[in-house]
Amino acid sequence: MKAFLLFENEDFESVKKFPPQGQTLIHDLALNVLFSAMAAGDDFIFKVVNEVLLSGIYNNTETIIYRQQILNDCLNHPQMIREMYRIANEAILSKNKHWWALSSSPSSILYSSINTLRELLIYLQQLRNIADNHYVCIHSKCFTRFFAMLQQELNDEFFNKANEHLTQLEFRNGVMFSTQLSTSNRASYYQLCKLNTHKKGWLQWFRNREKKEYVFNIHPRDESGIRALRELTEEGVLGVSNALAQSVEHIISFFQMLKTETAFYVGCLNLSEQLQILDEPMTFPIPLDYSERTHTFKDLYDICLALTLKQKVIGNDLQAENKVLFIITGANQGGKSTFLRSIGIAQLMMQSGMFVPALYFSANVCDALFTHFRRQEDLTMQSGKLDEELNRMNKIVDQLTPNAMILFNESFAATTTGKDRKYAVRW
Amino acid sequence: MRTEFFSILFTPRWQVKVLNEKMPDFFPDLHLDQVIETITSKKTEYNLKPFFYTFPIDLETIRYRQQVMKDLENPALFKQVELFVQGMQSVRKQLIQVEKINYPYHKERMFLDVVILYCETISAFANALMRLSLNAEGLIAFSRYLTDYIQSAYFTTLFTEAKSIIQELLSIKYNLYIKDLRIHVLPSQSEADYTLEVLNTFAKFQQGKVKDYKNVFTRSSQISHVEAKILEGLATLNPHIFNRLIDYYAKNSQFLDRTITTFEHEIHFYLSYLEFIDHIKRSGLQFCYPLLSDTKEIEVKEGFDIALAHKGVEEKTTIVTNNFCLKGNERLLVVTGPNQGGKTTFARMFGQMHYLAGIGCPVPGVKAQLFLCNHIFTHFEKKEDIQNLRSKLEDDLVRLHRLLQQCSSGDIVILNEILTSATLHDSIFLSKKIMEKIIDLDVIGVWVTFIDELASYSEKTVSMAATIFPENPALRTYKIVRMPANGLAYALSIAEKYQLTYSMLKKRIGTKV
Repeated sequence: MKAFLLFENEDFESVKKFPPQGQTLIHDLALNVLFSAMAAGDDFIFKVVNEVLLSGIYNNTETIIYRQQILNDCLNHPQMIREMYRIANEAILSKNKHWWALSSSPSSILYSSINTLRELLIYLQQLRNIADNHYVCIHSKCFTRFFAMLQQELNDEFFNKANEHLTQLEFRNGVMFSTQLSTSNRASYYQLCKLNTHKKGWLQWFRNREKKEYVFNIHPRDESGIRALRELTEEGVLGVSNALAQSVEHIISFFQMLKTETAFYVGCLNLSEQLQILDEPMTFPIPLDYSERTHTFKDLYDICLALTLKQKVIGNDLQAENKVLFIITGANQGGKSTFLRSIGIAQLMMQSGMFVPALYFSANVCDALFTHFRRQEDLTMQSGKLDEELNRMNKIVDQLTPNAMILFNESFAATTTGKDRKYAVRW
Repeated sequence: MRTEFFSILFTPRWQVKVLNEKMPDFFPDLHLDQVIETITSKKTEYNLKPFFYTFPIDLETIRYRQQVMKDLENPALFKQVELFVQGMQSVRKQLIQVEKINYPYHKERMFLDVVILYCETISAFANALMRLSLNAEGLIAFSRYLTDYIQSAYFTTLFTEAKSIIQELLSIKYNLYIKDLRIHVLPSQSEADYTLEVLNTFAKFQQGKVKDYKNVFTRSSQISHVEAKILEGLATLNPHIFNRLIDYYAKNSQFLDRTITTFEHEIHFYLSYLEFIDHIKRSGLQFCYPLLSDTKEIEVKEGFDIALAHKGVEEKTTIVTNNFCLKGNERLLVVTGPNQGGKTTFARMFGQMHYLAGIGCPVPGVKAQLFLCNHIFTHFEKKEDIQNLRSKLEDDLVRLHRLLQQCSSGDIVILNEILTSATLHDSIFLSKKIMEKIIDLDVIGVWVTFIDELASYSEKTVSMAATIFPENPALRTYKIVRMPANGLAYALSIAEKYQLTYSMLKKRIGTKV
């Protein structure tokens, strides 16, 4: 069972990859401000949004649209996605409550697994209820498919069956194994048999069983006999204890996957709520293909600045088609850097499937994003500065692709021209 | 009619059937006690020492053994024999285990496994022997015996019956129903594996590989009395097959074939000796099969002390080989020369070679023509023994007297530095008397002595001497060669080494005064 909340046909965890210049981007674009706002104090969400945004640079327009639809459903039903995140989180924690007795014996593993599974079934039921309640009101391809799957896989029959197994495995009516003689006239392996758990049915089986049988009792004071019997039973339930423990792990891993993938959307919800308080606009961007060269936006503002200042900030407009190089000049403290950052952040947000901080935003996707900002700390060592900047530039060029975006901020200010230059370059 | 087979150590014509349990008294002098100890140490359970102690044996048996030994030098055959003895060893070990089992049906079942192992081991060995080309009369006879044995009605029934009972037992399926302390043993009802059903119910959640929880349990190797009781239950549910099992055990408890177990025991004589010399051969030294006869002309090329060689291999030192011979009327090798020159080693080698050859073993050297002797008499210097209240000289004389009384023409005498506690004059006098007696007896042997006169006593004595490096007289070559005795020269050379010659001493002391 997969949720596919981030990619249409793949788990985020199994395909995620990060750009090598990720840490530079976080630093230059002050992305931690954005991540913190999205996390709203939840470290796990912080980690996930960090990963989703940085790896977003590799997304194509289809993935972006796929996520936009999901996010749209989430924005319309914020409680739905928050519930899913809570369920996944609590389900994962439930394992720790019962898992202390592990590694001792098959029967204790079985016991822990039964208790954990009982609790996990409750969370699965809650998940199924969400699917039932929201199935009609969601529109995204993803949720339609995911909820349909939950309804089908987590149907009443599944819950009945699962509960029946758990009752059966408590062995209230004793336990039955089938086996075969092997070397040394000992049992080859014990295979667990299903007993009829309904009282009536079981009695019937017990009465009707073949009369040909051999019965013996172990004396209650026969300690070695009791130990031997316990060992035999332990061996008999070894297989099923393994099966059940692994089932617990499977369900936990399912919830882990769900937690990761819902965390991103919960982060988006957290952000949108804060922007609403600041009365800042946000919009779903229109992503264009790699081959296009378009950059058109209205009232694009630096979201990190707004979040830091906790107030509305000035936005900018631009309409550019078939342009590859932009040069920004002007007075100091005039907002040039802010403008540059807002472009980079918006690109990352768009590519990870989020809304962007603008009234309108449309741009082509790119397959790499680089920043080449001035390093304040290097100012004191004038002689080495150019060297340091060229070194960074060299590394960028190594990784450069035809559809990459580079943001230069006062690069090479130390050269002889002495003039400040700012530019955003696009190939 | 089965082929009769008697022993791989003795020809069918060999009449003396008693093995010598006691170590021959000359063993310590020749260091053969260490050698045999090492050879047999890995196989103490087989009590192989009497095989090595039983001496003398007749020429026919010696040839019989040499043939077997030669055949076993073929690695392919050696390997097969090893597999066979390992298999038989397991059979015996497991039989002892089976004897200790008290649970019915379990005991008999374990017994079947042993029988199967026995039958498989023997069939495999019989087939291997048929495939390999054999030259030894003893091995050919044993191979024939085995072939007949595995084709016998007894063996085929033993084997097929065991397999068939096992097959039938393995097909028994049953159910156990356990509630509290009550166990029901039931005939099997076809039931699906419930574990699979549980797994399938939750398989849909699988995201990737998960941990395996099966390693928390390992079945104890010993059967419990609860399992034994279940087995009894199965016996009441399946009386026919379990009765067959019981009958089989009762009928076949003495299934081991005496001839085969005897062979397995005796063949270790060869295996252990070959293993021992293989270790020495790998250092480059050679062994050969000696020619034995009752003529007293002997010849050995590149012989060496086997005990010293064994130690030498361990310590990675080079071993010096020596040649010697007795021609015509020559009877006694009189060895003189410097101390530490290899004289005693030479004397030991002489004795060892005759003994090893006499029990049918290959001997150290590239070529050996040896005397088939009845006994070996040795007289090596002993420490004074306070217990017998005799002086050293007296003790020496008593021992020598006894030796000369027992010794006869078919024996070998090895004398090593006798009568050293007497004055030189007395020693020469006594030695000459003894020499007279020995020459009279017409025995062959070695006499290590510091009395040069003995070396040229008669035409029956051969003088041999330990040599030194001419350029550094103090260094020993350990080569003993035929040459006239000139012992004093050697003593001088040692004295020179320590600057203790008369003139040197005079000079050294003179400067101090």
